[in-house]
Amino acid sequence: MLKTIAELSQALQSKKISSLELTQFYLKRIKELDQDLNCFITVTEEQALAAAKTADQKIAAGQAGRLTGIPIAQKDIFCTKGIKTTCGSKMLHNFTAPYDATVVAKLNAAGTVMLGKTNMDEFAMGSSNENSHFGPVKNPWDKNCVPGGSSGGSAAAVAAGLVPGATGTDTGGSIRQPAALCGITGIKPTYGRVSRYGMIAFASSLDQGGPFARSAEDTALLLNAMAGFDEHDSTSVDRPIPDYTATLNNSIQGLRIGLPKEYFEGLNPEIAKKLEEARHEYEKLGAQFKEITLPNMNLSIPAYYVIAPAECSSNLARYDGVRYGYRCENPKNLEDLYKRTRSEGFGNEVKRRIMIGTYVLSAGYYDAYYLKAQKIRRLIRDDFVNAFQSVDIIMSPTAPSTAFKFGEKTKDPLSMYLSDIYTISTNLAGLPGISIPAGFNSHLPIGLQLVGNYFEEARLLNVAHAYQTVTDWHTRMPESK
Amino acid sequence: MSLKPEEVKKIAHLARLNLSESDIALYTPQLSSILDFVEHMSEIDTNTVEPLAHPLDLPQRLRSDAINEPNQRDLFQSIAPEVKVGLYLVPKVIEEA
Repeated sequence: MLKTIAELSQALQSKKISSLELTQFYLKRIKELDQDLNCFITVTEEQALAAAKTADQKIAAGQAGRLTGIPIAQKDIFCTKGIKTTCGSKMLHNFTAPYDATVVAKLNAAGTVMLGKTNMDEFAMGSSNENSHFGPVKNPWDKNCVPGGSSGGSAAAVAAGLVPGATGTDTGGSIRQPAALCGITGIKPTYGRVSRYGMIAFASSLDQGGPFARSAEDTALLLNAMAGFDEHDSTSVDRPIPDYTATLNNSIQGLRIGLPKEYFEGLNPEIAKKLEEARHEYEKLGAQFKEITLPNMNLSIPAYYVIAPAECSSNLARYDGVRYGYRCENPKNLEDLYKRTRSEGFGNEVKRRIMIGTYVLSAGYYDAYYLKAQKIRRLIRDDFVNAFQSVDIIMSPTAPSTAFKFGEKTKDPLSMYLSDIYTISTNLAGLPGISIPAGFNSHLPIGLQLVGNYFEEARLLNVAHAYQTVTDWHTRMPESK
Repeated sequence: MSLKPEEVKKIAHLARLNLSESDIALYTPQLSSILDFVEHMSEIDTNTVEPLAHPLDLPQRLRSDAINEPNQRDLFQSIAPEVKVGLYLVPKVIEEA
């Protein structure tokens, strides 16, 4: 039963299996394997079984869509009505949202069966899932290694076969980097494609939700349900959504793929080798390669670590112990209430980013930091706009290394930030990007990143799918023990 | 760009965070090294560049000024730490005369 969503969907429609059986199968795997992996913060068994029964009735009545009855998991950053939403933080350890995020409502409406809420770096800040209040997630390929982050629970759950698909969010690489480190497929759509309503805010001008699954085809199926205009999100883009599965099998003959030279300087040789092999596969499919330049690439992490913390410090000002979430014991006065609630409720990385953000926004520093970073943001965006004059897709590694060991980067925050060196510029520019498995270095997966022009998710998925029809990296699974 | 412990204390106060002396000892070098890295931004001249606030450079979408949300005060307050007769409670702010 460890199949792709596309295969499971067919099995459900042809009544070879029921959604209830499928749901029970995955719930059992979660029970057996997740005590060790720690992918889930909350498992919603009762609700899942009820949703599976409803899905089976729909299938029996001939009212099913392609996702009806498919088990999925939601990153614990998406608000779920009546079900705890923690965002990986002590601050929200007791928070039950009074409403559903649009992504949750849409996936529920599509008939998916939610098995639970997945673990993550606190408030989506991190690249290893070591910043979760609920403990780290283990990489199913090597349990001494991190799964990546911040959407580490979702990525590891899909990789380990605890669920066939899951949601994530990507502010600087938080879908693509864990997808790479866990050997699965994950897509971050164009900024504004997927509603941010009910998706707990970290850096609002960068945050974007998207799906994880075993294949590009599966992520296309999930994105079909997740994407679309939402009047509840003021930055949601009002543009028609194509059927992302309709163009998966288009020919890529003549496709122009750009290789940004800055991304390959000093690249890990094993990763470079796998990218070279991927290039040959694409050339066999008729694609043409061209070296391109993104000259301001080296400024993307500095600009990001001004913009993201600035927005984070503003967004997280709301956690004051007054309206919801954690509150300290016996506050002496209002300032004591704020200060102790926030100091006790937030973890170290969140505090660091709040302080960086507070500093760069404080009186006298705005021009030197925030305004400067926004100007660099334009330069980075313009680099991509120029590149897309001569190429259709940009190909690069997703991450500078394969999964690293627990504790390897926790002492030096900057070394952790560099894990997102190839993904961050895409968020600053607001472009769509996908990570697909492209082989292994020893036993650990290597990810290949494809970046497309604005709103060209369909083309990205087409190009990713083309690779997956001639390779089998995406079908590999870790041994489950 | 090296932050001093007193500056970190001030930033923490502005962010309404309580930091112990050991926290300050931990954060001071970490925040300094992050800000040092951010300093790379000054390597490029951006005098003639317009800032980009929205990745797609789109204007803020507006809605009509009409009531479209029902009042759900009781539901929203059901998850609050402390409420009384529809009000959120905080420690006393105004001292008695």
